[in-house]
Amino acid sequence: MTEDSANATTGAAGRQVRVVLVDDHRMFRTGVQAEIGETGRTGVEVVGEAADVDQAVTVITATRPEVVLLDVHLPGGGGVEVLRRCAPLMSAAEDPVRFLALSVSDAAEDVIGVIRGGARGYVTKTITGADLVDSVFRVQDGDAVFSPRLAGFVLDAFASTDAPPVDEDLDRLTQREREVLRLIARGYAYKEIAKQLFISVKTVESHVSAVLRKLQLSNRHELTRWATARRLV
Amino acid sequence: MPVAAAPRPPYAPDSEEAPPRKLYRSADGRMLGGVARGLAGHLGVPVIWVRLAFFGLFMWGDGLGVLLYAAFWVFVPLGVGGRSGHRSYFDTLPDGTRRLRKPERGQITALVALCVGAGIFISKVQVGGASGRYVWPLLLVGAGVVLVWRQADNARRAHWNAAAGRHVRLLQTARALAGVALVGVGLTVFIVVRGSAAQLGNVLTATLAVLVGVALLAGPWLIRMTQDLSEERLMRIRAQERAEVAAHVHDSVLHTLTLIQRNAEDSGEVRRLARAQERELRNWLYKPEGTGKDEAEEPTTLAEAVKKTAAEVEDHHGVPIEVVVVGDCPLDEKLAAQMQAAREAMVNAAKYGGEGGPVQVYAEVEGQMVFVSVRDRGPGFDMDAVPDDRMGVRESIIGRMQRNGGTARLRSAPDGGTEVELEMERAAKAA
Repeated sequence: MTEDSANATTGAAGRQVRVVLVDDHRMFRTGVQAEIGETGRTGVEVVGEAADVDQAVTVITATRPEVVLLDVHLPGGGGVEVLRRCAPLMSAAEDPVRFLALSVSDAAEDVIGVIRGGARGYVTKTITGADLVDSVFRVQDGDAVFSPRLAGFVLDAFASTDAPPVDEDLDRLTQREREVLRLIARGYAYKEIAKQLFISVKTVESHVSAVLRKLQLSNRHELTRWATARRLV
Repeated sequence: MPVAAAPRPPYAPDSEEAPPRKLYRSADGRMLGGVARGLAGHLGVPVIWVRLAFFGLFMWGDGLGVLLYAAFWVFVPLGVGGRSGHRSYFDTLPDGTRRLRKPERGQITALVALCVGAGIFISKVQVGGASGRYVWPLLLVGAGVVLVWRQADNARRAHWNAAAGRHVRLLQTARALAGVALVGVGLTVFIVVRGSAAQLGNVLTATLAVLVGVALLAGPWLIRMTQDLSEERLMRIRAQERAEVAAHVHDSVLHTLTLIQRNAEDSGEVRRLARAQERELRNWLYKPEGTGKDEAEEPTTLAEAVKKTAAEVEDHHGVPIEVVVVGDCPLDEKLAAQMQAAREAMVNAAKYGGEGGPVQVYAEVEGQMVFVSVRDRGPGFDMDAVPDDRMGVRESIIGRMQRNGGTARLRSAPDGGTEVELEMERAAKAA
């Protein structure tokens, strides 16, 4: 993602995206503001901030941003609760609000939980400002943003559920989707993946979106069992 | 993150001499209830003296010894104190850890002695024919009570050992039931012997009525008390948990922060410290309970090995390494070789490619194959251009993998940088 981001940032000139920042650490919000919030340079405008679930829902409903940067751990029920209460906004026909999870959490169930809740991607808090801006634009475009770590979690989740013959309604990953995920986990950017697999970047994007959809649709029971088996919950 | 509320034994009792000398019944080397040994330890006299004293009191004190012993048994808590020094003559055999399962010879003799003593006791008490009739029911009740009380002891001991399996628990329940049954039978016989057999039905009904009444009256209070107790216990566990976190944060995080303040000018060192601390804290926070939270121990599975290797290289070279692991398997000899090759690749990546951003390590277990990729975003290099005398890549990575039956591929990644791919088949036995 590193070298892409420079292009994305410059390429985004003229584009505007309105963002709400949800995180219970004021220091972190300030830091992100400083990194990405210079609207003139990055095209990202932070239109609101919130520190807990109730505040988040109020602010998001009031400002109707295009992208919400959502922390996984929040007082009042966590990022999942925000997603649950904002579900109508996410599925709105015009100007849907899109969520990008942003967390330090290493726990797979936290991360997978928000993705299943409807977040369009997950990045860690160690991400650079340029990469974050890039991710925000991608989410705004309706694309999914998978960090290498998220790709690893997803591969793990799908790999271990197909060991026993599970019920058929659980969507599987196709061979291609698996390959794409694997390359993301290895740290490849979309452009590099496209080159590697001799497909277009658009195709890579559609594979990633398909994985995201399957993850959000796949039978909740299976995932709970997966998490329980790993003593994650 | 929900912490598995495994009831930790609150402050495992110190086997060293507890500062305040408190009277405990001894948990080990005991014959019956550990009363004599506990007393001996408390008073600082040989245990045999105490035993003799009890026996004497019992023989010539109209069974007073038994009463005293029983009183001690009931009221003095079981502990590990009082076993300092004096070992019994009967207890010289090597310390079996599983005393609970196998009754010792000493215990059996103690039981036999108790029976004999009880016989004598009965014959002494049986002065009139009338009172003699009550002895048997009383003995039954006594036996039942003893059974239940001893069971409580065992439960407590099992709590220390923290290894009470289902089997043991079943045994305990059976014992408790047997004890209650004995008491019940004893009481019934008591009633029958009193000549009120004809009114047994009435008596039973009355008893039941009283019991139900008591239960109704005391029930809510009892329930509330148990709830309070368990709540109190939960609070204590939480407090301990918090203390543990505080201790950890104090030991590692605060320490590191101090170091960082002192080394503020050396950005490389600061970054290294922060990374190391972050990793350790993550490990501590997110590792599942019970898998051993210290990093010191040797890794036994692939995932652990990869993470540990990456951590070491990261610490050593000060280049961040991002690790993603999919699946896991036990570490065997071939995989250990693969790990060494991977370490070499990581070191190379950190040394020559660390400028371009974090080194990315990806490991995956898929069926029998284990795949590891190490990727950097540095300038990359041409394998053919490396002089022949530079053996690092050729021997440590490619050669090592081939000798162990695996493959290594080294290639320049699409937009600059280098990627090393290592593939190895797991040893056949681990299916």
